[in-house]
Amino acid sequence: MATIVETPKPLTMADFKGRVDPDWCPGCGDFGVLAAVQKALAELQIPNHQIVTVSGIGCSSNFPGFIETYGMHTLHGRSLPVATGMKMANHELTVLVTGGDGDGFGIGGNHFTHTMRKNVDLTYIVMDNQIYGLTTGQTSPTSRLGMKTKSSPFGNIEGPIYPITMALAAGATFVARGFSAEQKHLTELIKQAIQHKGFSFLDVFSPCVTYNKDNTFQWFRPRIRKLEDDAAYDSTDWLAAVEKSTLWGDEIPIGKFFERTDLPALHEAEPVTKSGPMVGRKPHIDPAVAQKFIDELM
Amino acid sequence: MRPTFSIGIGGAAGQGVATPGDIFAKIFSRRGLHLNAYNAYQSIIRGGHTFLTIRTGPDPVTNMGDTLELLIPLNQDTMDRHLGLLTAGGACIYNAETIKPGPAAEGVQLCPLPVSTLADISRNKVAQNTLAMGAALSMMGIGFQSLESVIREQFGKKAESVAEENIAVARAGYDYATQNFKPFANPVPMTDVKYAVLSGNTALAMGGAAAGCKFYCAYPMSPSTGVLHWMAQNGRAAGIMVRQVEDEIGVVNMVIGAAQAGVRAMCATSGGGFALMSEALGLSAMAEIPIVVIDCQRAGPSTGVPTKTEQGDLWQMLGAAFGDYPRVIAAPLDIGDCFTLMHEVFNLTDKFQVPGLVLCDLLLSEGRLSVDPKVLDFAPPVDRGEMITEPNGHAEGGYKRYLITESGVSPRAIPGVPGYTHVVSSDEHDEDGVLISDMYTNATKRRAMMEKRMRKEAGIAAAVAPPNLQGPADADVTLIGWGSTQGVIEEAREQLAEQGITANQLQIRWLVPLHGDAILDQLRNAKRTIIVENNYSGQFARYLRSETSFVADGHIRKYDGEPFMPHHIVEAVREQLAGDTTLSVPTHEIMV
Repeated sequence: MATIVETPKPLTMADFKGRVDPDWCPGCGDFGVLAAVQKALAELQIPNHQIVTVSGIGCSSNFPGFIETYGMHTLHGRSLPVATGMKMANHELTVLVTGGDGDGFGIGGNHFTHTMRKNVDLTYIVMDNQIYGLTTGQTSPTSRLGMKTKSSPFGNIEGPIYPITMALAAGATFVARGFSAEQKHLTELIKQAIQHKGFSFLDVFSPCVTYNKDNTFQWFRPRIRKLEDDAAYDSTDWLAAVEKSTLWGDEIPIGKFFERTDLPALHEAEPVTKSGPMVGRKPHIDPAVAQKFIDELM
Repeated sequence: MRPTFSIGIGGAAGQGVATPGDIFAKIFSRRGLHLNAYNAYQSIIRGGHTFLTIRTGPDPVTNMGDTLELLIPLNQDTMDRHLGLLTAGGACIYNAETIKPGPAAEGVQLCPLPVSTLADISRNKVAQNTLAMGAALSMMGIGFQSLESVIREQFGKKAESVAEENIAVARAGYDYATQNFKPFANPVPMTDVKYAVLSGNTALAMGGAAAGCKFYCAYPMSPSTGVLHWMAQNGRAAGIMVRQVEDEIGVVNMVIGAAQAGVRAMCATSGGGFALMSEALGLSAMAEIPIVVIDCQRAGPSTGVPTKTEQGDLWQMLGAAFGDYPRVIAAPLDIGDCFTLMHEVFNLTDKFQVPGLVLCDLLLSEGRLSVDPKVLDFAPPVDRGEMITEPNGHAEGGYKRYLITESGVSPRAIPGVPGYTHVVSSDEHDEDGVLISDMYTNATKRRAMMEKRMRKEAGIAAAVAPPNLQGPADADVTLIGWGSTQGVIEEAREQLAEQGITANQLQIRWLVPLHGDAILDQLRNAKRTIIVENNYSGQFARYLRSETSFVADGHIRKYDGEPFMPHHIVEAVREQLAGDTTLSVPTHEIMV
């Protein structure tokens, strides 16, 4: 498809700046995630037109509008199946999926589990702020027990889910956690996630400065511990990753929890893609094959 | 009257009703006969009651008919329920050791088979079925060779010895019948034509494949699952990506993703799954991503009766997803049309970048019909509409995905093309794809985008031909139906004609666009109009009224889960002509 001569000039972060400026609240954690994604793409030198950014609905799901790639802003909770269809039809595209904790773990929870099981070659970045922001502050699937929100004015009596543990249990082949304020670390994780062949899950603490007064930048900063700083930690050890994934409180690990590279991505496991992507193929099927289908009915 | 021959085979699920059905179907179609098969069954893997009707003849057989010539009960229950369907000249072949015949009508031949003396029943659990098939073919005047070759194909896959054993059992039944039973007065004829026999689900799947569908996904749901089975079995050979998905919401969104990548993509489900998909139909329309969704209707609401038929999803389709948006809705008229309709719907949806909905039902999906193989055209015209798949001169950044045009259709660039990056969105957006939903709401732009999308309706209407009256223009009665009732209404008209009542028929294939003015024109001179449909509330009657203000003189409705038989319509028309009622609800006398 790409028959024209590509601009030899290397891509920079500015080349990934979207046509519209983000409408997030000043100080929102999502700005840091956007910058890290733009930086990662520039460092990986992936041409804009070969990237599709797919999102659901929510503050963070406005992401595709703020980055210069092909984009799909879909329905609440449905980014993963849309992105899966996109990748299955054209596996040559780099497909990024962006959204929030409500979108991904609440309304989209079923797709979250199954997309990981299928090992679709997607990079899924969740901007996890432990709250529903666009609907003005209700509990989310990652809101802590006791948290007071507009939908839990007397304190949340339901416990949160553990997204990293869930991802490990569901069979994700790349599982990591970042923090919006740790730009360099986050950029590195995003690059690794994009380069990983298979499903990459990246849970990013991206504080909501307007509605979440519990899990603020200031709250996270002293608690986070980079797994990369622990020389003994082995990110190919699934059980060790599970153990780390449940840590929460005074110490919260971030970094790459787990990666395995021995499993094929879904499009690699599917023989029909052996001859190339589905897109661009001739519409009509081989007449000899068609005749065989008819003969079987005679 | 068209000469036809009907066989009913019944038993509990798991007793092997399907195999003799398949074998009879093959034998008839290879003799150049048309056939129609309908299986009445329940949502159970073992037990219950399954009743398969196979009707054959030299002329097109469009429905299950009214009576049987031959009954093969595999258990007492079937004998008790269905013996009454046999009329003079008919016959019932049964296992004399396990089944007692009931009171049969005058002139019905009872044919008991001494099963254990003819076959080793300790070895062959389905011996009674095979013996009965052999006996039946002898009585129909069909040479044993045709049965032998089909059994060899059917069982040969397992082992040669299995095929030989079954052939020997069939032979014993065949010879026993030749010696002991009276053959049917009119032997089953033979022609030189050869037909393909397929289910509606197979036709929908093959029709999609022929139309160039490259992505199919589904969540299993009766009665649509046959489409998934065909796709799963043949997708790799046909070059189609086939996926089973975690739920129908995932299904339709995956189809949208694949379609946005640039391939033709479709899915099939039933009413419940379609309900889950409805929000995403709005996304397809709003983001202008063409997809095809098939709904194989079953009796609702809720889980309803999963194995029974109905035309009860029309209003769900008309109202699927909130907001106003252009869509296409078509209902195939028969199993052959399930194939043909697919490329027509794909072409329309691509051309106008809208969701295309196919409203099938269990009757067609799971029924089987003989179809002229020429109908199964695997190289139909393919019109992908205005698609940009290569960079062709647009200035960098100058591309507007939702360019406002006279037709409402904007050229569609697919991801991967340099210079055309853009965002498609489920939020309202401007021509550039920039959201006008959150920060920058804009009433003028919103109105312009609504009108752009809705302008497609005129183009869609112009691209589809209005329906035409079938039959004499000055008929006594005009029967109006939609989708799968085409065949049964046609046969009812023939029966009415024999009784001195002329009837014509307006059968609706395209529900959207409806062509209301053309329909009013067609009905202007109708003497008496009756709408026939397989639902409780007259969903089509209400739709036609809402679109045209047309009110029919009478209605024939059936909502017991079973399809119409011709006599249901004939008797209803007669009672309505006699002035007895304007709403007939025929009783389904075959207890299944």
